[in-house]
Amino acid sequence: MKKYSLKKLMLFLGIAASLTLVLSACGSKSSQSSTSSSNRTSTVQQIKKRGTIRIAVFGDLPPYGWVNKQGQRVGYDLTLARQIAKDLKVKPKFIQVNANNRVDALNSNKVDLVLANFTVTPERKQVVDFASPYMKVSVGVVSPKTNPITNVSQLQGKNLIVTKGTTAENYFTSKQPNVKLLKFDSKTQQFNALKNNRGVALADDNSYLYAWVKNQPTFTVGIKSIGPKQYIAPAVKKGNQSLLNWTNKEIKSLNGQGFFEKDYNSQLKPFFGKEVKPGDIIIK
Amino acid sequence: MAHSGINVLFEGRNLVRLFGGLGTTIEIAAVALVLGLILGIVLGVLRTFPNRLLRLLLRLYLEFFRIVPTVVLLFLFYYILPRQLGVNMPANEVATLVFALWTAAEMSDIVRGALISVPKHQRESGLAIGLNRWQLYRYVLIPQAVSLELPATINLVTRVIKTTSLLMLISVMDVINVGQQVVEANNQKYPTGVFWVYGIIFIMYFVIDYPLSWWAKRMDKKRLERANG
Repeated sequence: MKKYSLKKLMLFLGIAASLTLVLSACGSKSSQSSTSSSNRTSTVQQIKKRGTIRIAVFGDLPPYGWVNKQGQRVGYDLTLARQIAKDLKVKPKFIQVNANNRVDALNSNKVDLVLANFTVTPERKQVVDFASPYMKVSVGVVSPKTNPITNVSQLQGKNLIVTKGTTAENYFTSKQPNVKLLKFDSKTQQFNALKNNRGVALADDNSYLYAWVKNQPTFTVGIKSIGPKQYIAPAVKKGNQSLLNWTNKEIKSLNGQGFFEKDYNSQLKPFFGKEVKPGDIIIK
Repeated sequence: MAHSGINVLFEGRNLVRLFGGLGTTIEIAAVALVLGLILGIVLGVLRTFPNRLLRLLLRLYLEFFRIVPTVVLLFLFYYILPRQLGVNMPANEVATLVFALWTAAEMSDIVRGALISVPKHQRESGLAIGLNRWQLYRYVLIPQAVSLELPATINLVTRVIKTTSLLMLISVMDVINVGQQVVEANNQKYPTGVFWVYGIIFIMYFVIDYPLSWWAKRMDKKRLERANG
């Protein structure tokens, strides 16, 4: 009996030891991966030779990247993706990603380019390379048309509705301490609170607000942009200089052709309504 | 009722797309199960052999796949291994491979359990009439083990089919992923559409899995009737 349990213990120790070994091997390798993986990027030449460019896109974020009822991928990001593939003279291959695996998809060389509403942040800059931005977003403030808020000074000492964890909450907490914040957990809750007059106005990313007021004619985005601007840019794998340079040039030349305004008019305008001008979203 | 959520299913090609996603799910599950069950049977038989090193290695393999959650395995094979080893497989193949290896690990334990629970006198009688190891397994142990392991195997099959719902995490366009696309694309027009989309996915999984679990239950009952007269 005693011998039997000893055997079991040894077996357990053996399993534990070998698992640790395997895991630590993975860990130590990943620390050097930045050097070895940089060899495995797809340069523009390689993409052309392959004949396809693999682009990471969203499949569930209208109007930027989504799938219509015919089953086609459409949206602002998708139009840009197809144009890029066309100008490279290759076929696009779309790989659907979620917000939290955009970086992994690039780093494990599953995709060449990310065009998935990817906001440029200092943290992300350390792990991927961003090309020139093609869109800008910032915090906006929506209020009832009967009592519109058009200036931050009107908000002093009043209740402003925000969602926890958004850029809007961040901005007002740190930069506008005199505004009282009423915080909610979800988009649905915050919009209901505004409709029930729990606060004088609501702050969120302006692109969400534009889409929301489209269906809520009694509200208006009184302050279209407040605080620091955030940029949405294509991203390539860190160190893929060849594709990065090409993409930068491409964005510049597309801008010159007025491509983004056309893209805005065909993909975003139907969602945002007349209140918004292309200049509020695209970059000139 | 003009905008009732159920209409979301009949807009454009939505229903066809959902069935397409189900096709992907079934294809991955089926290929993984066929490969995994065959490999699992072989490994299970090997695990009843007296060689201790072999048994230890197979035991490690089993424990690895049983302990590590399937989500982690999928991420490991899809994102981390390609980075380390330079093997870059498409998502559907990675999914099939991971599920096959996982099925094989679980199956090997089921087969081993069934083989060693065949009454000892059967094995000894077989050896006594001069059967070699191959003949012993072929004519005595495996035929008796099959009825013991079938219910557990079918249980494993239903579990594997259900777990394919994790595949959306590695960009496989399975039925859940397509469902999410449909929900998000129609959120403005059909706020209650989410109920219907997930409702039909529930029905799809149920129609596949319920007959299997019913069959497993029936066979277990039959086996008990046979064993206990």
